[in-house]
Amino acid sequence: MKILVAISNVPDTTTKIQFSDNNTKFNAAGVTFIINPYDEWYALVRALELKEANLAEKVTLIHVGLPDGDATIRKGLALGADDAVRIDSEGPDSFYVAEQIAAYAKEKGYELILTGKETINYNGSSVAGMIAGILDLPLISLATKLDVAGVKITAEHDIDGGSRVVECDLPAVVSCAKGMAEQRIPNMRGIMAARTKPLEVVKPIDSAPLTSIKSFDLNPGRTSCKLLGEDQLDELVKLLHTEAKVI
Amino acid sequence: MVLVFTEINKNRIKKSSLECVQYAAKIAALTGGNVTALVNQASAEHLEELGKAGANTILNMNISDLGSDHILSCAAVEHAVKHSSAKVIVFAFDIAGKAIAPRLSARLKAGLVAGATELPAVNGAAFEVKKNVFSGKANAIYSIHSEMKIIALLPNSFPVVLSENKALVQEFQPDLSAVKSRITIKETKTNATGGMAPLPEADLVVSAGRGMKGPENWGMIEELATSLGATTACSRPVADLHWRPHHEHVGQTGVAIRPNLYIAVGISGAIQHLAGVNGSKTIVVINNDKEAPFFKSADYGIIGDAFTIVPKLTEAIKKFKAHQN
Ligand SMILES: Cc1cc2nc3c(=O)[nH]c(=O)nc-3n(C[C@H](O)[C@H](O)[C@H](O)COP(=O)(O)OP(=O)(O)OC[C@H]3O[C@@H](n4cnc5c(N)ncnc54)[C@H](O)[C@@H]3O)c2cc1C
Ligand SMILES: Nc1ncnc2c1ncn2[C@@H]1O[C@H](COP(=O)(O)O)[C@@H](O)[C@H]1O
Repeated sequence: MKILVAISNVPDTTTKIQFSDNNTKFNAAGVTFIINPYDEWYALVRALELKEANLAEKVTLIHVGLPDGDATIRKGLALGADDAVRIDSEGPDSFYVAEQIAAYAKEKGYELILTGKETINYNGSSVAGMIAGILDLPLISLATKLDVAGVKITAEHDIDGGSRVVECDLPAVVSCAKGMAEQRIPNMRGIMAARTKPLEVVKPIDSAPLTSIKSFDLNPGRTSCKLLGEDQLDELVKLLHTEAKVI
Repeated sequence: MVLVFTEINKNRIKKSSLECVQYAAKIAALTGGNVTALVNQASAEHLEELGKAGANTILNMNISDLGSDHILSCAAVEHAVKHSSAKVIVFAFDIAGKAIAPRLSARLKAGLVAGATELPAVNGAAFEVKKNVFSGKANAIYSIHSEMKIIALLPNSFPVVLSENKALVQEFQPDLSAVKSRITIKETKTNATGGMAPLPEADLVVSAGRGMKGPENWGMIEELATSLGATTACSRPVADLHWRPHHEHVGQTGVAIRPNLYIAVGISGAIQHLAGVNGSKTIVVINNDKEAPFFKSADYGIIGDAFTIVPKLTEAIKKFKAHQN
């Protein structure tokens, strides 16, 4: 069984977000990029654990993006993925990205496709469901646990007000959330090995995006905080009622 | 025509579903046409509520295992799209919406905006829809180019005002014989939340962090929440340390919420925590460190020891409530 892990290249969580070109583009100047945390901590680490337990033969990374994502892909290889493929396109929208990943997975016969629960830049939670829709595969959405037994997977995932343990046959798509695995730190040997692991660059298949981003604006955030003393709690309650109108 | 996918949870139409119906009604008013709500196994009361939220027609299904696999729900929505000639389909950006809307988007080649926060602007054949990006630090206007359009609405971003509207109800039996559920449910677990509203839907939230020192001190947090009728939440380390259950963890890796009121007690306000709560309408921060970053993202702040402030605040709220009655 081969696992394909979809990784996205995103600004570090502490990045100060800025836009350029009249607020139509994300300004990447000086920004540190990382593997999207859900893709790394949960999807990739769980895939590696399954391989280490001899439940999977191979773990391949797939990234739809331009060459500036290669450093991020190498980090994934340093953590232990066997090889990687980059579909050479900007990836204009979720549907386009999903089409690329679906086509590659199908052609190469990957039985388990793992994604993160969402990217921390565009917060779409969409790619996994779209891949499942394109390939007509079962989807386990927002999984917090994942196990493999032969051609079957067992997973736990969130539902309204609780969670559910489910089972399905491979091939399948799983989007991964907190709980699935623990973060790992790459070691020196991994980092050295990553330099020579295969990173194939592939041309995208024909696909037309369905959406585009017209413009961005920053959330102004809160400008001033009204400070009250420990003895002004009645006053706070009054403000919440009359000024904020939330109670 | 606008179609809305709605759900019943704990025998109530979900709040996020009512928001979607109202949102769809506003879209229908912009574009012309009617609103059809799709629901499964709704009672007379549920149907009435969907009408009041703005549905013109309700397609009421009666499928016992619809929720077992999203493949079934997605197929049911596809039938309803055909039946109602819908060009716009609205979901809540919640657990079901996150699974079904993308699948439907791929099947219909309908552009999806996942997590919309405002009504679309109609620009020729395209819709322009605002949504949160960069975990709440910014917004983007997405343009949907396809003829069919799907919008998944972020819960708690659209107010619901019920009217006396009555919907036309039709029994709807989509033929799902060609779709096979491939997911088997082994076990269902329920979070012990007492009588509290589920976090994603809660209007009022009381949240606490590592500043509370240990799980034995959560009594005062629960009392504060009870006095307000709020839902309790926590920061990530608190869940990781097993002081509180994981479903209470809010932030980037946990649940993202946008209640009317978020009270943060003994939480430093790390950027990853803020990512999940900065959409709250009003934020109150209680922290004994005046340099805590959370004060920069708060509307009201109290600098001081949570152990003395929280019980006093509970008393103040009780007094206020007693006065109101
Ligand atoms: C990729 C990534 C994702 C993350 N996702 C999340 C997430 O989803 N949610 C999340 O919460 N965190 C998340 N984190 C962790 C986050 O960075 C912080 O470490 C975490 O939010 C800190 O939790 P805390 O505020 O409870 O604890 P601390 O940072 O330890 O803060 C405790 C606060 O309590 C105050 N305090 C202490 N004693 C008292 C007292 N007696 N009275 C009043 N105040 C007191 C202190 O002044 C301090 O400000 C993430 C981190 C990373 C790297
Ligand atoms: N450009 C991309 N290349 C590879 N995988 C991606 C890309 N964008 C998103 N993904 C995967 O899809 C998941 C969900 O992304 P999104 O739907 O954009 O929130 C991410 O966590 C990744 O696993």
